[in-house]
Amino acid sequence: MVAQAVRATREALLSVLDRVMDPEVPVLSVRELGIVRDVEVDPAGSVIVTVTPTYSGCPAIRVIEQDIVAALDQAGYPGARVRTTYAPAWTTDWIAPEAKAKLKAYGIAPPGLAERGELVQLFRRRATAQCPYCDSYETELRSEFGSTACKSVCWCRACRQPFEEFKAI
Amino acid sequence: MSGPAAPPSVVPAPAMPTNALVEYLLRLGDDRLVLGHRVSEWCGHGPILEEDIALSNVSLDLLGQATMLLHLAGEAEGRGRDEDALAYFREVVEFRNCQLVELPKGDFAFTIARQFLFDVYAVVMLDALTGSIHGELAAIAAKSLKEAKYHVRHSGEWMLRLGDGTDESHRRVQKAIDELWRFTGELFAPDDVDRAMQAAGIGPDIAALRPTWESLVRDVVSRATLTIPNDLPRVASTRGGRTGSHTEYLGHLLAEMQIIARSHPGAAW
Repeated sequence: MVAQAVRATREALLSVLDRVMDPEVPVLSVRELGIVRDVEVDPAGSVIVTVTPTYSGCPAIRVIEQDIVAALDQAGYPGARVRTTYAPAWTTDWIAPEAKAKLKAYGIAPPGLAERGELVQLFRRRATAQCPYCDSYETELRSEFGSTACKSVCWCRACRQPFEEFKAI
Repeated sequence: MSGPAAPPSVVPAPAMPTNALVEYLLRLGDDRLVLGHRVSEWCGHGPILEEDIALSNVSLDLLGQATMLLHLAGEAEGRGRDEDALAYFREVVEFRNCQLVELPKGDFAFTIARQFLFDVYAVVMLDALTGSIHGELAAIAAKSLKEAKYHVRHSGEWMLRLGDGTDESHRRVQKAIDELWRFTGELFAPDDVDRAMQAAGIGPDIAALRPTWESLVRDVVSRATLTIPNDLPRVASTRGGRTGSHTEYLGHLLAEMQIIARSHPGAAW
């Protein structure tokens, strides 16, 4: 019975977190991005959410923590705490295919598989990104660094538009 | 007074923490804090928009890594100092970064050359630290390594463009390497702190990392049609930034970085 109740609570908590969107990529929830690693209830009855940052310096992580606490509070779980973990290191490989489809629909080319290359690997080896607007692969990387830490900037030669790509890391 | 001089009754308190782990974490954190600040000086001043954004992104990553490492240093120290207290309320002599990272940003070629030398050092060091028995440090290293690989691709590709570019870009980046090379000795000169960390399984044998670093550096430098100066790196002793001896430039950097926090202690926004 207890185990069942714990499971039910966990499902309820996770569904609350499903509605917390990333502030910079608002089509994906913090769960879909893999930022939320675990959720549990401590013996005193408080919710503890374990998160991991995408990039070390991601300025959105504090906002995300506040959003998580606020969402749980609104759903009837006051006093939730957020704990940070760095291991295992966040990877875009945690983003599921359905979530990648949402990114593309939003106009951001989804990440490919993360590279496990040499320590010093000049000039990216993997295939060019697919343009999220016209689906062409006739694209080129303009800059590995974009408007946020998690994105790079590409150019589509087919539809002649710039677009952003989620970096594979 | 007569008779033999008595030993001083009061031993001066050490100016900085003596714990080897704290020292070690400060070295790793301060390298990234100081370089992150230096690179941030390009924000709004990049030669092209893409580079303005790229350098600001690199800066942000470095400051994020510094936050994690200094937070850990504060915990290890156990005196209630968090990462902000360590960043904003220490004096120049208490900083443990290598001198390489505190030098003024110079022109774009100088910034890129310094970044490249540091980025290769970072990937080699972080890769080794992922095997640390200190779980939190190993986790931070694994996370930071992913970012450092991006950084070194950026700076390494620019080394090729600048070195194998125009006469002017070649001249400038060669001059930068010539000026910077002597500051690389400090990176691989172990002292008691490094040896204590190595003995404890927390850190690698940093002297043994040098050949790997140097072959990675030389590979790119030669492909960029550049050369490495023949003179051996100086600052091979431990009397460098790692023990608090800094160039005159660090104080100016700290003045700019720390003034707001010191003028308005406890300010929040």
